[in-house]
Amino acid sequence: MTVTDTTRGAAAVRNAGGVVIRLPRTGASWIVRPRSVLVSLLLAAAVAAAFVVEVAFGELDLPLPDVVRSLAGGGDPTTALVVHSLRLPRALVGLLCGAAFGVAGAIFQTLTRNPLASPDVIGVSAGAGTAATAGLLMGLGSGLGIQTLALVGGLGASALIYVLAWKSGTTGYRIVLVGIGIAALCTSATSYLLLKAGVYQAQQALMWLTGSLNARDWEHVGPLAIALAVLLPCVVLLAPWLGGLQFGDEMAKALGLPVQTARIALLAVGAGLVSFATAAAGPIAFVALIAPQIALRLVGVPGPALLPSALVGSFVVLAGDVAGRQLLPGTELPVGVVTGVLGAPCLLWLLGRSNRTGSGG
Amino acid sequence: MAILCFVLSSSQNRSAASPVRPPETVPRRTCVHLVAVPVCLIVLGLLCLCSIALGTKSIAPERVLELLWSPDSSEESGIVHQMRVPRTEFGLVVGAALGMAGALMQGLTRNPLADPGLLGVSAGASLGVVLTTGLLGITAPQGYVWFAFAGALAAIALVYALGSAGKGGATPAKLALAGAAVTALLQSLVNAVLLFDAAALGDFRFWVVGSLTGQPAEVLVDVLPFIAVGAVLAAATAPALNSLALGEGVATALGRNVGLVRLRGAAAATLLAGGAVALCGPIAFVGLVIPQLARLLTGPDHRWIMLYSALLGPSLLLAADIAGRLIARPDELHVGIVVTVIGAPFFIALVRRRRLREL
Repeated sequence: MTVTDTTRGAAAVRNAGGVVIRLPRTGASWIVRPRSVLVSLLLAAAVAAAFVVEVAFGELDLPLPDVVRSLAGGGDPTTALVVHSLRLPRALVGLLCGAAFGVAGAIFQTLTRNPLASPDVIGVSAGAGTAATAGLLMGLGSGLGIQTLALVGGLGASALIYVLAWKSGTTGYRIVLVGIGIAALCTSATSYLLLKAGVYQAQQALMWLTGSLNARDWEHVGPLAIALAVLLPCVVLLAPWLGGLQFGDEMAKALGLPVQTARIALLAVGAGLVSFATAAAGPIAFVALIAPQIALRLVGVPGPALLPSALVGSFVVLAGDVAGRQLLPGTELPVGVVTGVLGAPCLLWLLGRSNRTGSGG
Repeated sequence: MAILCFVLSSSQNRSAASPVRPPETVPRRTCVHLVAVPVCLIVLGLLCLCSIALGTKSIAPERVLELLWSPDSSEESGIVHQMRVPRTEFGLVVGAALGMAGALMQGLTRNPLADPGLLGVSAGASLGVVLTTGLLGITAPQGYVWFAFAGALAAIALVYALGSAGKGGATPAKLALAGAAVTALLQSLVNAVLLFDAAALGDFRFWVVGSLTGQPAEVLVDVLPFIAVGAVLAAATAPALNSLALGEGVATALGRNVGLVRLRGAAAATLLAGGAVALCGPIAFVGLVIPQLARLLTGPDHRWIMLYSALLGPSLLLAADIAGRLIARPDELHVGIVVTVIGAPFFIALVRRRRLREL
């Protein structure tokens, strides 16, 4: 986390135990906390392991060494074909979606200072869901058409929420409340569409709405990867602002942050992340809600933990997809079912053993 | 027992709260309530009348009043007594229950995002319904009403047990997160069943939207006692919520047993929300919006918020039900959908108009 001169005192007290690294002459400094670094490294290792397992197991189980060899570009052609054309895109979509949901969840929860304010709750995913359901019922497949519709729906809902919450500036609280309203409208519209559809189509739509990595190919990876390549650096640049906004508008203003600019920039980035991820894999349930909370409790910092949130998000999605394919023989559970079933107890366990009683960011 | 609690808590509250309140604001507020409460009651009464009079076959209001007191053998009398009166009763009971449950949840968790669904009520009831229709093959609505109720009760008990484990007991943030996590878990299980059982999805998608006509009138009589007990408990808890709003420390200093207040509030919310979801399905938005509306009207006093929530909840639900009948005549739109379509823009407009106090 970058800390400006103004906040250094407070941050140093808050982060007692960390090692402060200062860049000479620029005034920029970072606090490197051993626990954060350790947790991040462990999480990264877990994500890498889950990624390889995700690629290795499926209808045809591949030996792990072959998988690693063919991911590195070697190996025999049959394995390479399975890996590169079938398994790799699926695993990449899972990895990138998880990271996007995790970071977006951390942004939304910090910005609104409410642990319940995930994009699932405040309307971004709901907007994408309505648009995609309409598309599916009109007979568009799960290809680019649905992706575009979901993207338009998600970004449209976010823009609408922001415009409606604008009244000589916005507040986090007003954004949340307006978001709930928009979410409710979109959910109703989706329910209405599901009522009017045939049962088979309703089931297809429900599958999309649950979130699934089934049959994802490079067509899904491309847009998502480009979006993340643009948006994640933005998140890194905006992270200091996010760190300031977590103390509330008054304090952020006193710290010299441009509160309104910071908020719209962060919201835009968060909405973009969620919309692109949802377009690729559907609104995978609860990842954006659960991942930042798990990350916070693992790292043990009071502020937003962006990198650990991204890693937890990726891990939850990848592990969920592996479990979904292995849990019940003969059926492939969509990942959205599994993330809820496995993620919830995880959060509950952390909740039970943590001493923190604050709102969690 | 509940009445005793009410007496005790209201007398405690008077002695605790009155020195704090600025004296000059009391008369003005009271005057406002003297006008506003009767207005709400009159609106609610008119909506009841409309709900009985309007529909696919509309009946003149004076004829409705006549038929209400003296049913005859005409077709109109049959419509009034067999169809319109029961659904109006459902709307009144469920609207009030949802409004009060929402007010309780928001007060207890001090979170404006809290609604009766937050502690897992809707998800628990959904799982109950899905399992009965999907696994046991029971499809008659009366068959799954008790499973829905049981699911709601089990879910909320689980949330409360998990949320109060560990240090500090059932704090708002822990309760809210435990609720969100259990909801996530149950909702995933529901989705898992529905994705593989098309027949269950066929029934479930209608139930989950929420409707005032899903259950026969006798069921209301069975479930009503639970809701009534919940309402009394909720009224008794309202004064304590005022102290709780000042923070846990202050509430304790004012002589509140914070843990007991939370337990009582959660029990009341369980009965109210569980009863409502068993009767009409998980109608979204009423429990969320109505307490917010009530707070905008009355300010932060939970006793008034509770009262207005109980009056405004049924008003919104009945208005939505009437609109759903009239818009899509001769077909009907489900009340759960209409309530959002009416409620959401109104809610957004209110959020924009007023300066909001954080809870």
